Amino acid sequence: MSGIIPAPIARQPWQMLIPLIALVCFGGAVLYSAGGGHMQPYALSHLIRFSVFLVLASVMTLVRKDFVQLLAYPAYIIVLLLLVAVEAVGAINGGSQRWINLGPLVLQPSELMKPVIVLVLARFYASLPSGMVPTWRSIVPAGAMIGMPMLLVLAQPDLGTALAIGFGGVVVMFLAGLPLRWFIGGGIAGVIAAPIAFFVGLKPYQQKRVFTFLDPESDPLGDGYHITQSKIAIGSGGLSGKGFNNGSQSHLNYLPEPHTDFVFATMAEEWGFIGGMFVLLMFFLILRWGWKVALSSQDRFSRLLAGGMVATIFFYVVINLMMVMGLAPVVGIPLPFMSHGGSSMMTNMICIGTLMAINRWTVKAGRSGLST
Amino acid sequence: MRRKRQRARAIVSPATLSNSFDRRSFVIAGVQGGLGVLLAARMGYLSIFENAKYKTEAESNRVNLSLIPPRRGWILDRNGVPLASNRADFRVDVIPDRMRDAEAEIGELATLLSLDKVKVDEILDKVEKSRGFAPVEVANGLDYDQFAAVSVRLPDLPGVVPQRGFSRFYPTGPSVGHLVGYVGAPSREEYEREPKPLLLTPGFKVGKDGIEKQFEQELRGMPGARRVEVTATGRRVRDLETREDVPGHPVHLTIDGPLQDYAARRIGLESGSVVVIDCLTGDLLCMSSMPSFDPNSFSDGIGRLEYSMLSKNDRVPLRNKVLQGLYPPGSTVKPMVAMAFLEAGLSPDATVTCNGGLRVGNRVFHCWNRRGHGSVNMAKGIYQSCDVYFYHFAQKLGMNVISEMARRCGLGQEFPLPVASQFYGTVPDPEWKLKKYGREWQAFDTVNATIGQGYMLFNPLQLAVYAARIATGRTVMPRLILDGKPSRFGSMNFHGDHVQIIQNAMSDVINGPGTAGRARLPIDDVLMAGKTGTAQVVSLGISDGKTGPWKYRDHGLFICFAPFNNPRYACAVVIEHGGGSGSAYPIARDVMTFLFDPAKALDALHGLEKQWGGKPAQRMARQYAAFVGKTGVAVPEEAYNLDQQESRADAEARVKPKSDVTDNAANKGQPGEKASSSANPDNAR
Repeated sequence: MSGIIPAPIARQPWQMLIPLIALVCFGGAVLYSAGGGHMQPYALSHLIRFSVFLVLASVMTLVRKDFVQLLAYPAYIIVLLLLVAVEAVGAINGGSQRWINLGPLVLQPSELMKPVIVLVLARFYASLPSGMVPTWRSIVPAGAMIGMPMLLVLAQPDLGTALAIGFGGVVVMFLAGLPLRWFIGGGIAGVIAAPIAFFVGLKPYQQKRVFTFLDPESDPLGDGYHITQSKIAIGSGGLSGKGFNNGSQSHLNYLPEPHTDFVFATMAEEWGFIGGMFVLLMFFLILRWGWKVALSSQDRFSRLLAGGMVATIFFYVVINLMMVMGLAPVVGIPLPFMSHGGSSMMTNMICIGTLMAINRWTVKAGRSGLST
Repeated sequence: MRRKRQRARAIVSPATLSNSFDRRSFVIAGVQGGLGVLLAARMGYLSIFENAKYKTEAESNRVNLSLIPPRRGWILDRNGVPLASNRADFRVDVIPDRMRDAEAEIGELATLLSLDKVKVDEILDKVEKSRGFAPVEVANGLDYDQFAAVSVRLPDLPGVVPQRGFSRFYPTGPSVGHLVGYVGAPSREEYEREPKPLLLTPGFKVGKDGIEKQFEQELRGMPGARRVEVTATGRRVRDLETREDVPGHPVHLTIDGPLQDYAARRIGLESGSVVVIDCLTGDLLCMSSMPSFDPNSFSDGIGRLEYSMLSKNDRVPLRNKVLQGLYPPGSTVKPMVAMAFLEAGLSPDATVTCNGGLRVGNRVFHCWNRRGHGSVNMAKGIYQSCDVYFYHFAQKLGMNVISEMARRCGLGQEFPLPVASQFYGTVPDPEWKLKKYGREWQAFDTVNATIGQGYMLFNPLQLAVYAARIATGRTVMPRLILDGKPSRFGSMNFHGDHVQIIQNAMSDVINGPGTAGRARLPIDDVLMAGKTGTAQVVSLGISDGKTGPWKYRDHGLFICFAPFNNPRYACAVVIEHGGGSGSAYPIARDVMTFLFDPAKALDALHGLEKQWGGKPAQRMARQYAAFVGKTGVAVPEEAYNLDQQESRADAEARVKPKSDVTDNAANKGQPGEKASSSANPDNAR
């Protein structure tokens, strides 16, 4: 087999790439349907973006580990400054803004922060002497590094992204071996603080979303509309769905955002339970590969970075799916690789690219016979 | 020792951290796997276990079911001529909830449909009071151009619903108002009693009164349905399927449409009612009550002003006087009282001398003729209506024979008719008085009862039934629905020639030396028998009953039947405050004439209508215009619906060439109502 297929191609992590490409193509098909049976405006740009980002991810694999480690802190500081800049621009223009226009490019720094926070914490813990791990020296700087971007993103206000940043950071801390009692204590503190934060920290529209999540039928034509219509779309699909291009909920505009946040509902209506299981299986394969990469890599930095990246992708997937199935409040988080949208595709492909790079570092290290 | 060991374990090295990473990554992956399983389970629960529920919800999202109001069954007279039918028209409704700016939109509609200020105010009033989701009618009976004008502006008029429909049409309008009733949009109470979506459908109407209300379920029919695929914003994507409505069943009445119309019009400016009953079958041929309302304008949604005009009128045009008017019968009870005497054994030749009055106890009761009638036997007692004759013998024979006979004749009886309410009045007797007032029956109570005053109160329908029973000696029962079953009435079991004695005496009222010589039919070979009645409403001290304020004048009553010796039709006429029986019997005469010689009767009516200022509808239109003028709102003359197409149920239809009237194919005179025109004659018997 290796004789037929050229080595550079055989070297690629096909066990991840095949499910990923399958998922993106399936997403393209769903977006084709969501676009009313046309490639435009969603499906085509979705596939083009994926191709572009896949090439970029392949390029990322060529970057050396030392360089990535070197880049971690500057990258974090730059993205943090961009977040401040976004706030400043928003304050000047009046109203909130989440993106910066850089010529033809529309940059959303809060999206970039999700992989960057993982990177910078992995870098931090990799260089932290192991004896310091159970001391305040390990948690205070890390807490500050997570807290600053979270507060900036919350101010935008974008609860979903802030939580994603926090989640990525905390997972890296957890994997870094910080004492378990800190997490338990933090969890208890969180439970106590959550109601206070809910009533003090959240905007009324965010509070309403939570209330609506708890009882969607209380307001079926208002805020509960999204959840109710999404559940109708998923539930009406049945085992094998209504058939490609035949979803009434999405085609007749009952489903809100059928191409972005609720793309899974659009899919489930037309492909049914079988389609849903396919999507879950593909994510399982991709994430399983991610964990394999993390566990097989040899150094602490690579492991933490890989684990954090897997956690970031997973956070997207699980929150989005729970939201569309009525298990979580409506937070604006798209489904990786299926939802239409450049920012989320970029973030997730950075995660994938990073994992591919780590995989390559490990393979190279293994081939050269070195081990640490 | 313990502390030391703990510290010793707390030593962290790269090896322990790597170990910890392995364990903790396993925990996280496990949690992730668990969440993945949870999501898969949730997905299965939604799409497989709750599939049916969500499928239904998706369907109900996608498909908008709009009901098509069924065409209402026709109400037919005995000859199959419609008293109520449907007219195809275009209509415009608004749904208040869906309107952005009600005032502006209705203003725009008013311009498009040239509605006047009164109507606009009424619509705004209704919009304000409506339930929000229920449609409010803006206009109906529109022509196609107006309909199209509204339709093209729909994008700017959210909540406005133009549609094609049918409206109820009563060809003879006011003549059948009380009998047939009218239709209207269901009220909140009606919807709560019967919470069906059909009742909220624009253009759907339910019977509000009379036959329309009593036969609501038969007349209603089955709604059609239009299934339309719609988007979330309500835009129509495509029509899925349409189910035709099933028109309601016709209701076939015993009423004779032209006679009903003739009688109603003949009442003229008076306030009263006419009942005609077929003595052989009990068929009610006519139940006219005037003044009335025009059910056409009620069914279009009566205007506030028009309703206020009707409810303020002291002639109570909103009350069906045939069933809900109770009157002292006056002398019309005398043939019944005489029959009671005969049955009690009194000889018809027994006489009493009338000197113009009779002392009963310490009070003198006068005869209507203060000069006295001299020697009076039974026949003279009836045809001269001598009160003293009845005062005298009633005291001898007692009240119980009279009250028993009254009940046998149907007086005070509630008949099994499909009507909303019958006021059945009072047949007084000693037991009744004791129960009601706690006082003993007195001789003067009997005296009052023999001349139909005092406690006696009957409605005109009872008087007509009584006339039919006394005329035929059979237990005639009135009926309103023509069900094809021949009626067989038992005998009243009057003895010997008692029926003939009464027939002859009542004939003499008109054809002999009686009180109503002018009631003689202008037909050579038909002799009518009758009895006049004048009922005082206030004591003679207040008014003489003939002149003065309208409400103090005597009621005029007349019962009759013809031909007198072989009765076919019986009739009762009651004119409220007509100033005596003279107001009633000419009407009875003309109505009876119409049955035997319509042309002659119509000539008389046309002459009278010229004096009165036209047909009832025309007079009502003028009255309305005057009323509106008084309230200070300008209203164009044509606001009142005068546009009545030529009818086959009006009085004139009777004298038109026969083929025009009875031809069933004439049903096609109702354009656009294809299903009804084929269904109705089939069901008509």
